[in-house]
Amino acid sequence: MSAINVYAIRAIYRFEMARTRRTLMQSIVSPVISTALYFVVFGAAIGGRIPEVEGVSYGAFIVPGLVMLSLLTQSISNASFGIYFPKFVGTIYELLSAPVSYFEIVLSYVGAAATKSVVLGLIILATAALLVPLKIEHPLWMILFLVLTSVTFSLIGFIIGIWADGFEKLQAIPLLIITPLTFLGGSFYSIDMLPPFWRTVSLFNPVVYLVSGFRWSFYGLADVSVGLSLAMTGVFLTVSLAVVAWIFRTGYRLKN
Amino acid sequence: MQTVISVTNLSKTYASGLRALKNINLDIRRGEIFALLGPNGAGKTTLIGIICGIVNPSEGTIRVGGHDIIGDYRAARYMIGLVPQELTTDAFETVWNTVSFSRGLFGKPADPAHIEKVLRDLSLWARKDSKVMTLSGGMKRRLLIAKALSHEPRILFLDEPTAGVDVELRQDMWKLVRSLQASGVTIILTTHYIDEAEEMADRIGVISKGEIILVEEKAELMRKLGRKQLTLHLEKTLVRIPTGLSSYSLELKSGGTDLIYTYDEQVDRAGITALLRDLAAAGIHFKDLQTTQSSLEDIFVTLVSDRK
Repeated sequence: MSAINVYAIRAIYRFEMARTRRTLMQSIVSPVISTALYFVVFGAAIGGRIPEVEGVSYGAFIVPGLVMLSLLTQSISNASFGIYFPKFVGTIYELLSAPVSYFEIVLSYVGAAATKSVVLGLIILATAALLVPLKIEHPLWMILFLVLTSVTFSLIGFIIGIWADGFEKLQAIPLLIITPLTFLGGSFYSIDMLPPFWRTVSLFNPVVYLVSGFRWSFYGLADVSVGLSLAMTGVFLTVSLAVVAWIFRTGYRLKN
Repeated sequence: MQTVISVTNLSKTYASGLRALKNINLDIRRGEIFALLGPNGAGKTTLIGIICGIVNPSEGTIRVGGHDIIGDYRAARYMIGLVPQELTTDAFETVWNTVSFSRGLFGKPADPAHIEKVLRDLSLWARKDSKVMTLSGGMKRRLLIAKALSHEPRILFLDEPTAGVDVELRQDMWKLVRSLQASGVTIILTTHYIDEAEEMADRIGVISKGEIILVEEKAELMRKLGRKQLTLHLEKTLVRIPTGLSSYSLELKSGGTDLIYTYDEQVDRAGITALLRDLAAAGIHFKDLQTTQSSLEDIFVTLVSDRK
């Protein structure tokens, strides 16, 4: 018997990826369309009247933020739904009775959700490249932020999926917390454009660090230093991992 | 016989304060069909849930094939297949995929030949590419069995397997259970249909209010607790039982035309002969007779109600 149940990881991962293929409209097409609409509205229509931001056209400036917006919401919704649905319909019994460790469960569910997010992020980038002049100064950093953010927010989604005991709760956190934080996190503007007070307030918004680091990898422009962005991303990842570990150690909302 | 599951001093108290199981001790033997009988809410599903890893125990230890279900959960769970009571399935998956998924989840490499065999055995082969939501209730039940058998478990738990299943299918299912037993699989089932336990099980455990009140070989249980009744259809109506026969436990029924003698086969072996002789001496003649044996259902009702 192997130390790691590779077959189980593969089975769950494939199952989750198959779910994405079944729901292609919802998981890929709809976020791409809505992001394309942002490009048209903010980039083309309004963007033409907004001056360049530190030498970057407004349409191009908002690309990293928009990718982040989709990444955060889709990571959370994918991962939360992936684990919530088996709880809701009762098929979780099989997962709980299987010879899989918590680590394997998290790896496969979060891995699948993060994979989808990364793919989605790349598709949105490709779409953006068609509409605005895009340049990526630090492609490796870009990929690093893309992957770390996808993993972190898939973990957060996983936590929400376990915490939620109804569809309303499942929607509440993305809608009431993540979306506002993203919109106020510098997706559409540099926080340097804000009055000093609001700029300080913004620094308490975790999304600022994600967007800033991600944007830096494109244009070399950042609201905060890239090292700080990376460190903060690491902090979110660690906190999420700690919460997941606690959930499984206590059986919280999974086992009576 | 070897013990394959050993439950020691198991108790479960839910967060709500409900004591679902109280100090359960139970050994399941390798290769047997064990029926767990009990009224609703007795703790059957909780007990199965704990052994399978779905519910956390509050106290006690469980070993499956010698492996502690917590310390060595992987080794324990590889051995187990579970068919839950509720028809919980992935509606959007195909039959083939969902059964293959289960095999992978339980740590086995893909084996299309085995999946095909399981699906054929359960008459699901023709529907292998159908989405699960298009299946009937009976087919979903079989699908859950197929999933549980996908990884070739050595122990199979069937929680109320025939609830909502038609008679023909039930027969097929029992045929399958018997062939599994023949291949060495240990089977633990819970059922409301006592006649099924009576028909299927080698041993029977009765659980009531979270306590195992009895574990017995079925044959032994029937022998010990089974009461027999002799009904004599009399030639002439009898108004009352003659005093000379008061040492027998006799009853008059059907307005005095039927005389019923209840006896314990074990104790009163010679009772019938003596009774018939005494009846003849008293001038009571009968035109027909029949004997009946109490079913497991009667035994069960007696056991559970005795403890109230």
